[in-house]
Amino acid sequence: MAYDGEASGRRLGEAVSFLSGSNTCLKVTTVMTNQKKKQIRKALFVAFPHTLPILASFLFLGLAYGIYMHVSGFSFLYPVFLSIFLFTGSVEFLMPTILMSSFDPLRVFLISFMVGARHLFYGISMLEKYRGTGIKKLYLIYALCDETFSINYSAEIPADVNRGWFFFWVTFLNQIYWVSGATLGGILGNMIRIELHGLEFVMTAMFTAIFVDQFMKEEQHISSLIGIAIPMLCLILFGGERFIIPSMLLILAALSILRGRLEGLT
Amino acid sequence: MSFLERAFTIGAAIVAILLTRFLPFLIFRGEKKTPGYIRYLGSVLPASVFGLLVIYCLKDVSIFRGMHAVPEMLGILLTVLLHVWRKNMMLSIAGGTLFYMLLIAWI
Repeated sequence: MAYDGEASGRRLGEAVSFLSGSNTCLKVTTVMTNQKKKQIRKALFVAFPHTLPILASFLFLGLAYGIYMHVSGFSFLYPVFLSIFLFTGSVEFLMPTILMSSFDPLRVFLISFMVGARHLFYGISMLEKYRGTGIKKLYLIYALCDETFSINYSAEIPADVNRGWFFFWVTFLNQIYWVSGATLGGILGNMIRIELHGLEFVMTAMFTAIFVDQFMKEEQHISSLIGIAIPMLCLILFGGERFIIPSMLLILAALSILRGRLEGLT
Repeated sequence: MSFLERAFTIGAAIVAILLTRFLPFLIFRGEKKTPGYIRYLGSVLPASVFGLLVIYCLKDVSIFRGMHAVPEMLGILLTVLLHVWRKNMMLSIAGGTLFYMLLIAWI
């Protein structure tokens, strides 16, 4: 009996220690989720200021796009749908023209692919940076645009900030700005008049500032200079509507030829 | 175009754009090591791309018509100078943009 009592006592002790153990386990998980929430919130606070120039320009350009769709005779549902699922301004602006010409999906596919071809460059550049960002990566790729690429590639993310969430917030906020602008423009249509001449320059200024920022940090300036010289030449030769693809091909060719000299320098 | 044709057309554009975004990640996915050439491109392309994006923003500006691209050049010049001087992204972007907006309002 005494033996049994002792055993049951021990068992009780084990049970208690097991329970208290699971209790600490529970505490650990709540601390973890709290910490995760804190991390996510912190990444949002760090990411938001980076997106301010986009807030200004995307609301403005999105609004202009929505109005353009409205005056072209499309319901506001079109800019809403397109800004969410296409999310490529240059193709979105082509949509009224495309939708009012004859039915030719293959041509639309090819035009869209060519206009969006620059995303291929962004993807190649972000392969390493987006590694290990988990399920968020799907969205990071889905909504990768010029502006998001520029910020996520060049931003110096503090060591105590979760990179994956930083990337996510920049991507998400930028899309939210664009969708909001396009929706508002589509609904309000020509009821409003935007009198902010020149605000679109915020995009030029941002890419210029990022270019200079990278220029001052890099060890060789050849690829930067190639990126200015070749597109400039192609713009003069081919004009604004069709200079992008030749520029990309020539940049690719130039960088490939110079691989022996440039590799290891950056 | 009927509604169905419109839906099909928009679908074609969406698939094309999804491809441009996902292709690099689909081709070079997983733990496999990315080929050296692609990693090299990933390291030198961004600098070129930022240049390309600056020129892309200027594609509709003509040096022969209107204000002969003077406000754009001055706006870019100020942005560059501000950035070399203070290295503050916000200041350079806001300064360059406001200066440009004032320029085209005055001229």
